[in-house]
Formats: sequence, C-alpha cells, structure tokens
Amino acid sequence: MIRRSKISKWATSSAIIAAGVLVLAACGGETTTTAPSAAAPAATEAPAASALPATGSGELHLYSWTDYIDPAQLDAFTAETGIQVILDTYDSNETMLAKIQAGATGYDVLVPSDYMVAQMIELGLLENIGVNTLPNAGNIKANLVDVYWDPGRIYSAPYMYGTTGIGVDTTDPAVSGIASWKDYFAAGSVAGNSLDVLKDQTELVSAALRAGGVAPADLCSTDKAQYAAAQELLSTFKPKVIDSDGGIERMVKGSSKARMAWNGSVHRMTVENPNIQFVYPSDGLNLWADNFVVPVGAPDLENAKIFINWMMSPEQAGVASNFSGYDNGIIDSDPFMNDSLKTDPGVVVPADKVALISPTPSCSQEARDLYTEVFTSWQSGQ
Amino acid sequence: MSKLRAHRSQGRPGQASSWLATPTLIFLILVILLPLLITVVYSFLSQPTLGTGVKWVFSTDAYRQIFVQEKLDGTTAFDTRYLKVLWNSFYYAGIATITTLILGIPVAMWIATRPVRFRALLVLAVTLPFWTSVLIRTYAVRQLLDETGPVGGFLKIIGVGNSYQILYTPWATIIGLTYTFIPFMILPIYASAERFDFRYAEAGYDLGAKRWTVLRRIVIPGIRPGIIAGIALVFIPGLGSFLQPDMLGGGKTNMIANVIANNFGQARNWPFGSALSVFLLIFTVLFVLMVTTGARSRGDQVRLI
Amino acid sequence: MSAVTTSRPRRRRVNLRNFPLFRGTSIAVLVGMYLPLLLVVFYSFNQNRLAQIWTGFSFKWYDFVFHNDDILRALKNSLIVAVVATILSTLLALGAALGMLRMARSGRVFAWGLLGAPLLIPEIVLAVGTLGFFLTIKVPLGHVALILAHTAFCIPFALLPIRARLAGLDAAPFEAATDLGANEWAILRRITLPLLAPGIFAGALLAFAISLDDFITSFFIAGPGATTLPVYIFGMIRSNVTPAVNALSTLLLIFSATLLLAVYLLNRIRGNK
Repeated sequence: MIRRSKISKWATSSAIIAAGVLVLAACGGETTTTAPSAAAPAATEAPAASALPATGSGELHLYSWTDYIDPAQLDAFTAETGIQVILDTYDSNETMLAKIQAGATGYDVLVPSDYMVAQMIELGLLENIGVNTLPNAGNIKANLVDVYWDPGRIYSAPYMYGTTGIGVDTTDPAVSGIASWKDYFAAGSVAGNSLDVLKDQTELVSAALRAGGVAPADLCSTDKAQYAAAQELLSTFKPKVIDSDGGIERMVKGSSKARMAWNGSVHRMTVENPNIQFVYPSDGLNLWADNFVVPVGAPDLENAKIFINWMMSPEQAGVASNFSGYDNGIIDSDPFMNDSLKTDPGVVVPADKVALISPTPSCSQEARDLYTEVFTSWQSGQ
Repeated sequence: MSKLRAHRSQGRPGQASSWLATPTLIFLILVILLPLLITVVYSFLSQPTLGTGVKWVFSTDAYRQIFVQEKLDGTTAFDTRYLKVLWNSFYYAGIATITTLILGIPVAMWIATRPVRFRALLVLAVTLPFWTSVLIRTYAVRQLLDETGPVGGFLKIIGVGNSYQILYTPWATIIGLTYTFIPFMILPIYASAERFDFRYAEAGYDLGAKRWTVLRRIVIPGIRPGIIAGIALVFIPGLGSFLQPDMLGGGKTNMIANVIANNFGQARNWPFGSALSVFLLIFTVLFVLMVTTGARSRGDQVRLI
Repeated sequence: MSAVTTSRPRRRRVNLRNFPLFRGTSIAVLVGMYLPLLLVVFYSFNQNRLAQIWTGFSFKWYDFVFHNDDILRALKNSLIVAVVATILSTLLALGAALGMLRMARSGRVFAWGLLGAPLLIPEIVLAVGTLGFFLTIKVPLGHVALILAHTAFCIPFALLPIRARLAGLDAAPFEAATDLGANEWAILRRITLPLLAPGIFAGALLAFAISLDDFITSFFIAGPGATTLPVYIFGMIRSNVTPAVNALSTLLLIFSATLLLAVYLLNRIRGNK
C-alpha cells in the first residue's frame, strides 16, 4: 500500500466523488415534468466571451441561505471591486422561489440547489449569463460541468456541494452506534431521546425510503407501497427538535446528541467539539450542490457576473469552503482550504463511502405530492 | 346665517367634516379589505405544478384538502391532521388565556387598589415589555427555558435536571404565549378595575360576606367588561400566533399560523394556505361577534379598541 | 378614594381593598415579566460564542453589532419604514378621529370595524393576504410595499391616544369659537389641533414603536434590500445564535423603553383639567 499524503488523497477523493456525481446524476434523480436538456432552449447561443471588468460600481443584491457566505469575504469583494454587496437570506429553496415569484425583483444573485435550478430554468426565471464563457469558467471541476440541472453550465456556477448524513456525539452510548438511517430512526423512536432532525421534507422522506431499502433510482417513483412503508417507519419517530437551523449550537453544547445534518455543519460542530463525527448512513445518503444564478430582470447584471466570476477563483472558493465547512466545485482551491477541512472524513469522502452517495431526488409533482403526504402525516403525529 | 349653521351642527367638540375620514377609510379598504378578499379568492384557485403562486383556475381542492386525505393505500379518508392543528391552536391559546386571566385579575386589582401616585408607575411597568418586539420577548423565553439556561441549571442543582425538558414541548409554547399576552389581559382589566366603585364591595363586607365571596360575586362581575376585553385581546391574537410555536415548540408544536406560513413558503401551496387563513378569519370574526353581542345583551359596555 | 373602614368594631384594621395572595401574585408576575428580558441583557455580555454558557464579561458583541454592515442596513430600513409609516398613519388616524364624530351611525360602525380590523385580525392572515394582493396588482415587494402595509396596521394604534384625547376635550372653547363666528377650518386649525397635540404625538410614538417591532408582515413583504431589523434578527436566531443577538435585543429594549418613557412623561405634562 503506497502511503499518499493527505492532500493528494483529498484530490483523489474529490475526483472519485465528483465522478460519482456524474454517473449517478445521469441515471438517477428524475427531474420535473420536462427533461432538462430539452428545457434549456436558449442554451444554444451563449453570449460571446467578453473581457469581464475587474472592478465595478454600485450594488449587488445577493440572496442566499442564512449563514452560508462569509461576510468577511463579501467585504473583501467590495474592497477589491468597489461593488457594495447587500445580503438577504432565506431558509429554504422554496421560500426563495416564493419570494422571487411573488415579485421580489431586485435580486441580482441567488443560490439555489440543484433541483431548484432545474425548476427555475423551466419556469424561465433565470438569466442566460453564459457562465461557461466567464474568464474563470475553466476552474470548474470537470465533473461538475455537465450536470443534469444545467448541462454545460450556462445559467449556473457551482458554489458548495455536500451530503446530508448524521452528526453523532460519539461519547453518548444512546447514539454512538448509529450507522444507518434505520438506526437513526430507531434511536429517534425511543422516548426522551436527544435527536434532532432537519425540517426538510425531501431529506426526511428520502431518508425514510432509504431506510426501507429503496434504491436510489426509485426515490422518485410513484409506487405508493414504498411510501406507505416509509410512513409506517416514521410513525414512531419522535425526535427532540425539528429544526433546520440552530443545530450547530445545540450539538456543540450537548443539548442534542445526534442530528440529521449537512456535512458542512457537522464539520463546524467537529471543530468546536471533536467528539462529534459525521456518519455516512449505510443505507445511502443524498448529495446536493448549490449554485450561483442570476434571475431574469436583475438590476445589476454586470456586477452579478463580476461576483460570480470572482467566486469561481480558487482562492475565493477556498475561503468560502473554510467558512461554510463544505467542499467546493473549483479546482486548485486546496491550498486555500483549512487543514481541518481536508482531514475531516465528513468533508473528504473516504473511498469506501463513495458508493453510498446519490443525488438528492428531484421528483415529478406526483412523486412530490407523495413526499408531502408522508411528511404532513408525520408532522401531525408529533 | 353662519351662527345658525354653527348652532345646528353643534355636536361633539373637535368634530370636523366627515370627509376628513374618507382618505383613511379608502386606504384601509385598499390595504386591509382587498387583501382579505384576495385571500378568499386565492382559496378557490389551484396550485401550479411548478413554482409558487396560484394558477387562475377555479378549484375547491384547497378546502377539500383540509378535510379529506388521499391515503397511501389508495383510500380517501376524513383528514384529521389539519383539524388537529386547529384544535391545538384553540387549546394552546385557550390555556394561555385562562392562565393570563388567573394571573391578570389579581395584578389588575392590586394595581387599582394602590395609592394613585403608584398606579401610573405600575401600569408603566406592566406596559414596558409590550413595547418590545415579540421576537425579542420570545427569544428571551427560549433562553430562560433552555436546559443550559438558569431554569435548567437550577433544576440540575436540585437533582431533577435529567428529566427536565420544557423547551421544545407544547408547554414551552403555552408559557411563551402567556408571557407575551399577559399585558393584554392586565391592562383592560385594570381599566375596568380603576372605574370600579369599591363601595359595592364594602357593602358586601357590611352584610357579613367573606373576602372570597365579595371577590366572586361583587368585584369580578363589576370588572366584567375588562375581563371580556382581555379575553378577546389574548385569545384572538393567541390563536393566530406564529413566533411562539415556531421558536419554542421545536418544530413540533404547529399552530395554524405555522401551517399557513409553511404553505406560503416551503410547501408552496398558496390556495391551501389561503383556505386555512379563511378558516382562521371566520373563527376570529365569529368570536368577536360572540363577545360583543353577548356583552351588549347584558348591557355591558365592551370596547375592544 | 381612601381605605374606609365601617363603623362596626373590628379586631384589627384591615384594608378592605386587599385580597389574599393578590400582592404576592402581582409581585411574582412583575418579576416574571422582567426576568427573561434581564437574562437577555445578562447574556449579551457573555464572552463565549455560545450565548448561554458563561465564560466571562465582554463588550465584544456590542462592538460586533455596531460594526456590522448588514445590521446597520437593516436598522436603516426599519427606521425609514417606521418614520414614513408613522407620519402617514398618524395623519390618517387624525382624519378618521375628527371625521367620524359627525358620521351617521351606520357609517360609524363600518368605520370602526375597518379601523379596528388590523388589531383583531391575526397578523398572519393579513400578511399573506397583503402578499397576494401586491402580487395581483403587480406592486413589487420592497420599501414601498412595506410602508403601505405598515401604515395600515399602525393606524389603529395611532388612533387610540388621539381618540382618548378627543373624547376628553372640554366643549367650552369650541362653543366660544363658534359663538364668535369662526368657521370649521379655523376651529380645526387653531383650537382642535393644538388641544389634540399631545394625543397626536403619543399616537405617533405608539405607531412608530409598533412599526419598528413588526415581524410577520415584514417577513412576508420585505423585498431585496428591504430586510428590517426584526426579520434580520430572526435570521440570526435561525442560523447562528451568538450573544450578538442578545446585544442587539438589549439595544432595542433600551430604545423601546426610552420611547415609552417619553409617552409616559407626555401624558404627565398633558395639563389635565
């Protein structure tokens, strides 16, 4: 066995995982009603690559997830380019979509997840900014270029990507043995448990489906029997807290001992409390990727492009990773990333776990209604 | 001529042309009535297949969804889940109302029976928390009830720490509601209590009644208008409250406002959210009517604003 | 009214106004009302990033708050919306108070219903309805939409002190003025408004505080760059609870307390009859 240095192991792992993304994305995850390749009509003519100015003026209205972009990084952007960044935040893709569709027309850059980009392209909400023609477009990791939601990267640029697994306090015997979603749900069915769960319909129901043995390719099927089984499984699951936010604090201070969590937030927990580890559930877990996009009608189109291009530089991608705890979609960003990130098995996927990962299901309306049915029933039984 | 006109229109001091009120009423019709109308309209529209908002196609699905559940085994059944949420809302708001009533009557009466110079100060003390944001007050309750907070720490010291769990249960929500709304109960009751003529109570004592009897049969009926106003001012907003169940209930205490907000956010079902809003609105209107007509039939002067 | 005992001989002097346990309950309630707020203030000085695990005294979170651009921007938004909404709602409330005195009974009932509606209707219903309304008439979400929505629910609050003051006005100056032949507008300008001034000012302060503290409506209606302070704080609580939230809350508490004291003192110097 040749001993490799940790850093090149990191590069190898991310290449493996990205290859996994490509392969699984191609055959897993049914998108919404029309296929994405057919739904990108304007993708044929990308705008001619023009030199992007290094500085600008005025403002940039950024709409992103809470606590996801480093404020210091935004200040650095302002210092370098002269563009003032105004940040507003949201807590879910759907909330962001609701605001955009409800008439919030002043945003320049949004940060939707994979399936949401596909939806927004289909709804005609995204500006064709030709990401693949931006100067830093060559920095995009090869396997994140032709993604199912935006083949060739016309509308979107990669930001962070990660997995949704289980954060576990290894010193607590009640939860330290959790190795799968099945274990997790069982632990959460014990009265007086200290488990948290994400308030996310897709994550919860897909985890329950996986725990019931459903294969990744079937996570969007409309077979009611598998959903009935998931509903049955969840009927006894009563976690302590249902909350997508505030989980880091609860885990670090020990109020909660285990949590369905994104790997980056578990990394931030680990940094403060090394007893907390990220567990890759043996029945499979979701891979998601967040992206920068520009909505149609953005008031500061040029500034948006400057920002997106700037964020695609290796150094900025590294800074962003250090803040959020996730891996990014830009090559050569390793030198700028903290060692704690590179040595964290939650962030750097170990080779033996790669097979467990598949993209977050992006389902048809019919399948989504089934997800909603399971989720609502579960919520009402709390 | 002008004097005659002036004498004829001699009414309340300060009155002016009724046209002065018109801009206000028009504005309120636009920004209050029309949105309510839109909500009713939305409740009869359809959910779009993609994205948020509404599809302008008539449908009663939203109302149907409240009562009927398409179960996963293929059958349709009477849906108890949303009715459960409605019931929970009534229940939590109800308990909070009763608690604020039990606490509010003593406080209001006590303030009303202090020497005059202290009363204004005490009323100020009661009102001050009301002037801070509900968000801050709810956050404060959360910090208080958290198990790493003082209450939890104290209970750990006396040995019951491990079974302590108030935050993220319905009780935390009820405590939060009580805490938020107690000034709303105290102030109207105090307004009545201040006007209450204590000679009635004294007459009762003269006739040999004990304190509890005097309280029950003379004082409380005497301050009834304030009590009724207080109940309405606590129960109605309590029913529609959003922050307390959201921040204190740990995602497990869902009141109707949380479900409505969720449907305008993550669940993207605006017609359904609107239908639930219509329900809430109807209950509110019925409750207010019940309170005001009930009071009027007893000859009380109930003024909610 | 002083505590009067009857002429019957009693074993000891008892204040008939006092009921058992009322004093204890009242003190407990008052303490209970302030305890959580004091806790927030206390933790705002916590050196630790985890708000509730005390590790030492520090001002750093206040420093953070004062230097954070997002917070300052949210504060600016809150102030802009509050000031404009206050001016509009106070003017509209004043017009309503004065105009309604002379309305026919049916008109008055309708008007009172409309004016009281924002108080009685649960805010979530109004918030989502307003969202749908602005969407339907294609008003973009942002400062303007927010100001309109805030004005609407501030009107009943501005109305309360104005109406109270109006009801307490003595008829004499008005009668004298009409006897001397003054027309309506002169009376309004030179008698009514000056007499109402403390009530108007109190109403404005009340409307200002309500607008500043509003959460649900602002949460739904705020658009790009129009995030108000409570909405921002909610985001902070949701994402990363540090004592910065406590520091910000403490500052708001102090501000609200000052406003309230201003109203209180205003009432004191009102000059009662």
